[in-house]
Amino acid sequence: MRKFLYTLGLMLAAGLMATAAHAADDGLYRAFGEKAGIAALMSDFTGRLKVDPKIGVYFKETKPAALAESLTDQICKLTGGPCDYEGAPMDKAHRDLEIDRAAFNRLVEVLQDAMDARGIPFGTQNRLLALLAPMHRDIITQ
Amino acid sequence: MKKPSLTFLLAASTAWLLFQHTLAQAADGKLPLTGGVSTIDGAAGGGLTPWAVTGSYATQGEFGATAHATVVKTGDYDLLAYGATVSWGDRIEASLARQDLNAHDNLKPLGLTGLHLKQDIFGLKLRIAGDAVLNSDSWMPQIAIGVLHKRADPAALKATLTGPLGAKASGTEGYVSATKLFLASGILVNATLRVTEANQNGLLGFGGAQSKGVQVQPEVSLAWLVNRRLAVGVEARAKPDNLNRGALGTGALKEDDWYDVFVAWAPSKTVSITAAWVDLGRIAPAVQPRRQTGAYLSAQLAF
Repeated sequence: MRKFLYTLGLMLAAGLMATAAHAADDGLYRAFGEKAGIAALMSDFTGRLKVDPKIGVYFKETKPAALAESLTDQICKLTGGPCDYEGAPMDKAHRDLEIDRAAFNRLVEVLQDAMDARGIPFGTQNRLLALLAPMHRDIITQ
Repeated sequence: MKKPSLTFLLAASTAWLLFQHTLAQAADGKLPLTGGVSTIDGAAGGGLTPWAVTGSYATQGEFGATAHATVVKTGDYDLLAYGATVSWGDRIEASLARQDLNAHDNLKPLGLTGLHLKQDIFGLKLRIAGDAVLNSDSWMPQIAIGVLHKRADPAALKATLTGPLGAKASGTEGYVSATKLFLASGILVNATLRVTEANQNGLLGFGGAQSKGVQVQPEVSLAWLVNRRLAVGVEARAKPDNLNRGALGTGALKEDDWYDVFVAWAPSKTVSITAAWVDLGRIAPAVQPRRQTGAYLSAQLAF
């Protein structure tokens, strides 16, 4: 039991160190290449969404450029950049779209693919995903 | 008493899997590795400890299934475990597993050569709250409760186990698991409390003449996601020690807590491979006093 408790203590310490919150600054914004980097990422991302075999149908009527611009502002602001997001609130924007959990997770994967394509490190990707993931409560409507 | 044929159940579930796989697309609504891997007891989790996740990539409204085979090779013993799970809606998981521990000639002093200790495990798990992955702005973990009904077949050791040692040949464990992925850092933590009377996970039966009865034992796992398809981690699992003061003499059947260090790799949502180093402590130290450390290799197919 002593060895078990020792191991548990070590694991907790490692876990706590790893989960320590990042300071709320613009570090993440800069890690994504500031506004130009985010805009390029969103342009690629929205292009991928449009042709995705699983969730492309949700974006059939969407203009990729307009969506990319709106997402760029939103992510710029979320990551601590000097932007204002003036688009619709997430719940209003998705209310009638019948999005389920599988579709939401697929979108996360497409975003991961886009971030991989731009060589964004996995740890940086996860810091952005952690800011976006709670939006599932407003986006998943089914 | 004749036991239900696990082979039949496995064959039936495999046929069902193939049928499902042929007719429909495999369930893939979850993110890679978020269904965990297969424990030796069949339920989804780490390698030795069940987690609050359900097996396969089935999310809301989807059916999913997994099949797995695991080999553990320690200094003196080999364990083979295989089984399957079926999950619905990331809500409920049913699992079946069979374990076969090859004791080789370690029990020769008791006149038992080539002994195999086997057990069948029927599991049920229900996610009762939370989402391990997406609630990254909260500390609330995903929580599940589960049961593992185990039927041991200790073969020629049965008379000794159920006689002078006072153990039972079958037992049911209950557990509650909490799993949380700290998404920003890619760290996954699981804590499980298992209510159990099992001796060496059930391979040496349940309880004993000197047993203190059913106990609550803690189990923890910590994993780091290296990338989308690769995780490394450690696990520790506390165990009862019911047979330590049994009829074979004090310490003869002492058992220790279990530990492992693992690497799990999911090249696709259909296949995952888990390799680990395990420390299973002493197993029947009267006949084999050294600690049983060794290799663990597991393959899982998900549909």
